Amino acid sequence: MSKPVPLLSASGLTKTHGRTPALRGASVGLHAGEILAVTGASGSGKSTLLHCLAGIVRPDEGSVTYDGRRLEELPEKRLSELRRTEFGVVFQFGQLIPELTALDNVALPLLLAGTDRAGARARAGEWLERFGVRGQQDLRPGEMSGGQAQRAALARALVTGPRVVFADEPTGALDSLSGEQVMTALVHAARESGTAVLLITHDAQVAAYADREVQLRDGVVAPLGVTA
Amino acid sequence: MLGMSTRHILLGLLASGPSHGYDLKRRHDDRFPQARPLAYGQVYTTLQRLVRDGLAEVQGTDSDGGPERTMYRATDDGTHELSRWAAEIAPPAPFVANEIFAKVVVAILSGGDPAAYLSAQRAAHMERMRELTAVKAAKAADLATVLSADYALNHLDADLRWMSTTAARLTTLTAEVDAV
Repeated sequence: MSKPVPLLSASGLTKTHGRTPALRGASVGLHAGEILAVTGASGSGKSTLLHCLAGIVRPDEGSVTYDGRRLEELPEKRLSELRRTEFGVVFQFGQLIPELTALDNVALPLLLAGTDRAGARARAGEWLERFGVRGQQDLRPGEMSGGQAQRAALARALVTGPRVVFADEPTGALDSLSGEQVMTALVHAARESGTAVLLITHDAQVAAYADREVQLRDGVVAPLGVTA
Repeated sequence: MLGMSTRHILLGLLASGPSHGYDLKRRHDDRFPQARPLAYGQVYTTLQRLVRDGLAEVQGTDSDGGPERTMYRATDDGTHELSRWAAEIAPPAPFVANEIFAKVVVAILSGGDPAAYLSAQRAAHMERMRELTAVKAAKAADLATVLSADYALNHLDADLRWMSTTAARLTTLTAEVDAV
């Protein structure tokens, strides 16, 4: 039996920020519905890898392939549309729009995709419910706890039904119990909807929520080893 | 008496009311789901010792339609001993005695490959952490299961952090030796 083709893959990525190399030939594959943890020490290139895979940053060399399409060959307009419809992104903090309520934050990607306002708000409410923060739907991010805001951010990342969610240290700013609630909610939602998750973390307890782990060391994927 | 104690755990289970050996074993395994299950023989031997030491006493027998079973209850001395033990501070890691630590030291002493060992051990630790996380994150997980999984996960995580630091030290050490 042939090996299944990954939904999203990076091959030989290099990326240099100024004179500092962040990636030096990183290759990785994410399969449909898989939760993959990318771990590694600070400065190992984890976030740069995520940015390249999510089409936010273009690599200097190498290629990123999503569902048979090479991202570097797509025009910016098409790439932007792909990010909006197929990908969801959650960062460590600060990604919700502070002036909007939780409900409007979650409804926003749907409105941008052309859903009518009533429909977008209804669906946003359902996703807030799934993440246990429906009761906070009228609060602005600054009025919510860190864990509540992060669950609202997850709802926003998943509300459009993306095939891949990129999560960059999603629990990095949370205490351990809030982090656990966020990870449990993310894993349950991803499993139910068949969404693949690329999870960047330096925390082994967070990485243990994933199906599989790859380690980055000095900008390349370590074969199997201890993060040094 | 210091450390993990079957005597005190059985006294703790008797604190909620008289019980017999079979029931105590079953409740122990429910309350400590990731622990090694208690053997029946160990339960009965420990109950007899608690009676001998005046910490528990036989309350009679209960058949409940099945075989006759001896019921035990804690004495006042037993209740007092349980309170004393529960409040007693456990010594924070008095000795460093761990197989992983020993294997790394032995590998260094004998010219082995500690980095390769650490790498393989890390993979095994992560696999166990994924299993425990799945147990804990299951929607049906009860509090006892979550607490025991948390305990195991935090200890495995501490091992991992030590392994990462050790691997980094070995890398630095090798680089320094090579530079001489």
